[in-house]
This record gives sequence, C-alpha cells and structure tokens, in this order.
Amino acid sequence: MYVQHFYFDHNATTPVAPEVLEVLAPCLGQVYGNASSIHHFGQAAKQKLEHSRRQLATLIHANPTDLVFTSGGTEADNMAVLGVARAATGPSRHVVTSAIEHPAVLAGCIQLEKEGVAVTRVRTGSGGVVQADDVLRALRPDTVLVSVMHANNELGTVQPVAEIARVTRERRIPLHVDGVQALGKIPVDVEELGADLYSMSGHKIYAPKGVGALWVRKGTRMAPITFGGHHERDRRPGTENVPGIVSFGAAAELAGRNLVAETERLTTLRDRLESAILDRIPGSGINGSRWSRVPNTSNIYFDGIDGEALVIALDLRGFSVSTGAACSSGALTPSHVLTAIGLGSDRARASMRFSLGRSNTVQQVDSLVEALEASVAHLRRISVHA
Amino acid sequence: MLEPAPIAVAMSGGVDSSTVAALLVRQGHAVVGLTMQLWNQRRLPELVPEGGSSGRCCSLDDVYDARRVAEQIGIPYYVVNFERQFEEQVVKPFVDEYLAGRTPVPCTLCNNYIKFDRFIEMADSVGAGQIATGHYARIRFDEPTGRYQMLRPADHSKDQTYFLFGLTQTQMARTLFPLGDLTKPEVRELARSMDLPVAAKSDSQEICFVPNGDYAAFMTAYLKETGVAPAETSGDIVSTGGRTLGRHSGVHHFTVGQRRGLGVATGEPLYVISTDPESQRVLVGGSDELLRGRFFAGSVNWISIAGVGQPVRAEVKIRNRHAAAPATLQPTDDPARVEVVFDEPQRAVTPGQGAVFFQGDLVLGGGWIE
Repeated sequence: MYVQHFYFDHNATTPVAPEVLEVLAPCLGQVYGNASSIHHFGQAAKQKLEHSRRQLATLIHANPTDLVFTSGGTEADNMAVLGVARAATGPSRHVVTSAIEHPAVLAGCIQLEKEGVAVTRVRTGSGGVVQADDVLRALRPDTVLVSVMHANNELGTVQPVAEIARVTRERRIPLHVDGVQALGKIPVDVEELGADLYSMSGHKIYAPKGVGALWVRKGTRMAPITFGGHHERDRRPGTENVPGIVSFGAAAELAGRNLVAETERLTTLRDRLESAILDRIPGSGINGSRWSRVPNTSNIYFDGIDGEALVIALDLRGFSVSTGAACSSGALTPSHVLTAIGLGSDRARASMRFSLGRSNTVQQVDSLVEALEASVAHLRRISVHA
Repeated sequence: MLEPAPIAVAMSGGVDSSTVAALLVRQGHAVVGLTMQLWNQRRLPELVPEGGSSGRCCSLDDVYDARRVAEQIGIPYYVVNFERQFEEQVVKPFVDEYLAGRTPVPCTLCNNYIKFDRFIEMADSVGAGQIATGHYARIRFDEPTGRYQMLRPADHSKDQTYFLFGLTQTQMARTLFPLGDLTKPEVRELARSMDLPVAAKSDSQEICFVPNGDYAAFMTAYLKETGVAPAETSGDIVSTGGRTLGRHSGVHHFTVGQRRGLGVATGEPLYVISTDPESQRVLVGGSDELLRGRFFAGSVNWISIAGVGQPVRAEVKIRNRHAAAPATLQPTDDPARVEVVFDEPQRAVTPGQGAVFFQGDLVLGGGWIE
C-alpha cells in the first residue's frame, strides 16, 4: 500500500534544507562547548553563535546585537507581549492587537488581562487585513503596546505594518510584529517597517524546530519572562542552543539568497493552483484578500464538504494539506481567523490551507488539483445521501 | 489511490478494537484506523478524579495507545473530531432525559448516531468501503428474508447487542464485527500473540463521559458550564401508602429500582418505584412493588425480522445486565410500537431504558421503554 507523499503544508513547518543539514550535522558533533565558557571550546561555540546572529541580522536588515535567540516563535511572541506590557508602569495599561493574531500572541494577551491589562482586538474586514486607521482609533493614552502580525499564518495576508508604525512611532508606543510567517517569504527590513520588536521562527524557514529569535530595538523596555543566567545580554537566560542557532543562521542566509527567485516561482505555482481549482471545482473560492499576500499561501473553501474529511481523503491519496493552523488541528471550534473575516462556521469548516514551499513542482500542483477535484466531488456525492 | 477500498476500523485505543485492526491487516486487508474524539475530558475539570483521567474514553492516553498500535501494524491513522455531534446527539439528550425523570442509555444513542451513522459517513468520505469495530456481536445475511440479522456473540459475558439494537439494515450491510466469534480471553491471547502494546489494558467501564458513574454530579457540572443554572428543585419522597417520608433535592438524583441514598430510614428496605418531574415526587415502596408484568416499547427498530404482525414469543432484556425474560410481543397499530407481556413480572421496568427482543441468539430488534 505504498503511496508517494507530497507536502503542501509549509506554513505548519518546513523540512530542514540540505544546505542547513550540512552545517548542522558537524556542529552537533563537534561544537559542544558552552558559549558562555571562557576556554577554547566555549569560544568556538560563541564564534558560531555570533556568526549566525550576523546572518539572521542581515536577512532583516538589523543590528546583530539587537537579536535575542529563543526556543521558537511562541517564546519570542510571549517575550515581546508579556515583557513589554509588564515593563510598562502607570496606573493603567492597555494593549492593542488584532483578531487574527496567532495564539502565541492572543493567549499572551489573555494572560495580560488576568494581570489587569486592558486589551483591544482590532477586527479586520473580509480581506483579513488590519486597517491602520482602526489601530489608530483603538489607541488610548495608556496604550503600552501594539502587536500586529506581518503575515497571517492561515490566509497569508500581509498586514500594513509600516503604516501602523507611522502611527505608533508618533505616539511613542512600542510596536511588536509577529514575523514568523513573513520571514523568508517576503523581504523584511525592520527599519523600513518601523517595528520595535520582531518575532521569528527557524523551522518555518527550513531550519530545525526548537529555535527562534526576537529582534528588539535598542532602548525598548522589556521585562524578562524567564529567570536564570546572563545569556543573550541578560534578555534570555539559558545555555544557547548552538546547533539550532547555527542552522537558523544558515537557513536565513539561504532564504536571503533564494528570496527573489522563490517568490517568483511560488507565486506562479500558487496562481496555477488557484486558477485550476476555481476553474475546475464549482463552489470553491479564495478566503481573504487575493492581492496582499505572501506568495506561498492559499486558503480556499469548498462549499458543502467537511474539511477534516478532505484532509484525510487527500492524505490517503498522498497529498498533505491542512484545514488551517496545525496547532488547532482537531479543534471543536472553527478557525478564529476564518471566523474573524466573517465566514460562517459551515464555510470555515469547509476551508483548506495550501502552503507551498521549496520542494513543490508544477507536476505536484497539477496532481494535487486532480486529487482535489475527485475528492471534493466524492465528498459532495456522499453528503447528498447522508 | 488506495486499491482496493480499505476497511475503516474504529480504534478506541483498547484491546478489542486494536485486535480488530491487527487481525484485518493480518488477513491482508487494506486498513485505515480512525479514532473518534467524542468528548473533551478537560471540559469539566471538577469531575476528573485525583490522579487524572486515565482509562476512560477519549483521554489523550487512549489516542496515544491507538496511534501506537496503528504505527506497529503499519496502517494510516487519524483522529476525527465528533465532539460537536456527540454533544448534540448524545450528551444533551442524555441530560434532557434525566431531567425529565427517565433513565437514558447514552451508549445506544452514541452507537446509532455517532459510532455507526457519522463513522460510516466519515469512512465513505475517506474512500473506505466497510467499517469494522471491536463490538461483541455477530452479523449474518439471511438469504430467505434478504435481511441482515444480528446475533449475540460467542462470548455471552461480553454481549453488546443490548446497545446495538438501533442499527439499520444499511449500516449492518457495511459493518464487520470480527470479534463476534471470539471470547474475550481469546482476544487478549490474540493481542498478546501479535505483540499489541494494549494486550493487557483493562476494559473500559461505565458511560465514557460520566466519571465514576456519578450522573447527578455530571449533570450539575455540565449545566453549570453550559450556563443553564441547575434547577433548584426539591420535592417529597412519598411511600406507595401515601405517607411523606422525607425531602429530596431533585428527581434526577433518582432512578427506578434505586435503593441506596434515599435518605429515609424505615424498617423495610425501600426502592424507588417511580419519579415524577412535574410534581417532583419520588415514589418509594417495597421490593415487590417494583414488579411489572407488561409495558409498551416505542420507536422500535426491527433487525432480524421485518416486524410483528401477530403475537410473537421472545426473550426481552430491559437493561444491559438483565437476564432476558420470556415474554410475548403484542403488535399495536404502530409497527414501531409493541406491548411486551412478561410471563413473570420483572423488577424495575425503567422508562427511558432500551428493551431488546431476542429469540435465542437472534436479536429481533428493540425499542425504548415508555
């Protein structure tokens, strides 16, 4: 019962790139020093660490010393949201975020509410794009943080961060940007964006799981959320994950090198996928804005089907896709992002996310469309009888 | 694409369904393992006993076990979420029935609407032809009548036909019960011989979403969580002689035939004879007063026979652990309603419970006690 499997879920995670594996394997074997140690072994590790920091800084046009390595995107988001809000003083505190953020930000905000911080979640229209004016209107005199994602994980929609930053800079309110789904997919220049904090994750850009980073503009006040040693300039205690960080650095360099060509290639592939689906499968449509998106992501509804069943049916045919965020697979409630852009629960449950990546080819996309056409037709036939 | 169409096995993570999956693989079938996530045990944390919830259905441990078995026998495996349907079609009706003074059988509802209806639909969706479960029961096709018949399993001590009386002919046509001819010790031995990691796992008990069989505690917690204030009810406990013996805090704490926890002390042992949600009266009496010779069963689903046109002799089971008692099924104007007349009066005929009709090993059908 051998089925060849094709991977269309790169927003959930990516495979480790061969180029990354090439630096990771020797690092795991040989660079075992603690980067804080004075001796030869420690120094070797420290050199690798700082080289990686420069590689990542180059990708986002930042100063390397403003980068803090973390265990991943969730820790970076938590560190920014909790850290900045907790560092703020004053009789009352208020945070502005959006309704379509990742749970790493939204759950952090819920925690802040328990600590007495007021939170406003700005809504988006059906396009899944936050309007800068809405953020402006949500600001209060006691607003201590604005947190808006760069690209949405389910829709791929790119948020007008620079526009929002013009407002927050004027009011001197720190702006956190969750960049996990933007890094490596679109150009990122933290200075041009005008952000104050920017979260990133290694495993979304072909590095292994377990490493991420937070860029923090010099002068941004941030309370620690974990306690221990003096690593990462006192901002993130714990012995550095050198092999992970080295991989992240290599992946960042690779992403920078491939960005232009991959953007073009993935945009063509994604457009091919979407127009074939819209042409051949009636009752289907794109969720969210078509225009302001990262090149690899497509979120499509197929009216009258159960997304969970379609994921399984496609997987058995060898195509791995998802209904939305991997973290909420099997959840009882439909996606908060699709609900936020106004989809009813039936259409939200009938939606699929296709996220393309380096391994995908034209042939794979064409056979995915064929499998989709057959599976959707089959599911619709069944639900007529049910 | 998978050729031929695979069999979808409902895998609970227990020894029975794990053995079914492994047996089918050994017989050369293409198999897909599916675990139905029915209820989130973390929803009502106050009900979780000290030390966690292991051993009950839908716990993360069970999914872990099912996944491990699937990996070992090399089949594709998925968890499918039916929590919404389970709550709508099993939990809510269970709560409503209880509050209405009846004693419902959620496992039958679950079998009808979830484990067969929804599961077959999901199997269809993923391209599977037949489904298989670890139930102890047998299905055979009867040429002369053209009907799928249900029979009690070889192992009468594990007989689950009481909970399967709602299966339709279409459902049975696509269902395999590979354990029907085996005894539980044989199944465990098979599981051991195939090195299944769950071979020694203990059997599940009670209603899966009600910890420790404490219905009243479940209902209080569930109604509180869903924002429906638990009805502040109370009423009298009255003897069959008309004497008020005490007070109680809601008829849903009582079920027909119950002896313990009445909170009244008299010389004779007292049993709940009936409950009336309207007047909130709980009627209690002696053991003999629980006996009833006849009752009506409604919404009858006929399985092995098409129906009864004239009185038919059968053995009737009025709760899962009841030894089927000889009776006559009297037809009524409604083909889905019969009067059951016992040869000997039976204790605690409880409205809301299922009544299942047998002729020897053959399951004729079943309905709900009115």
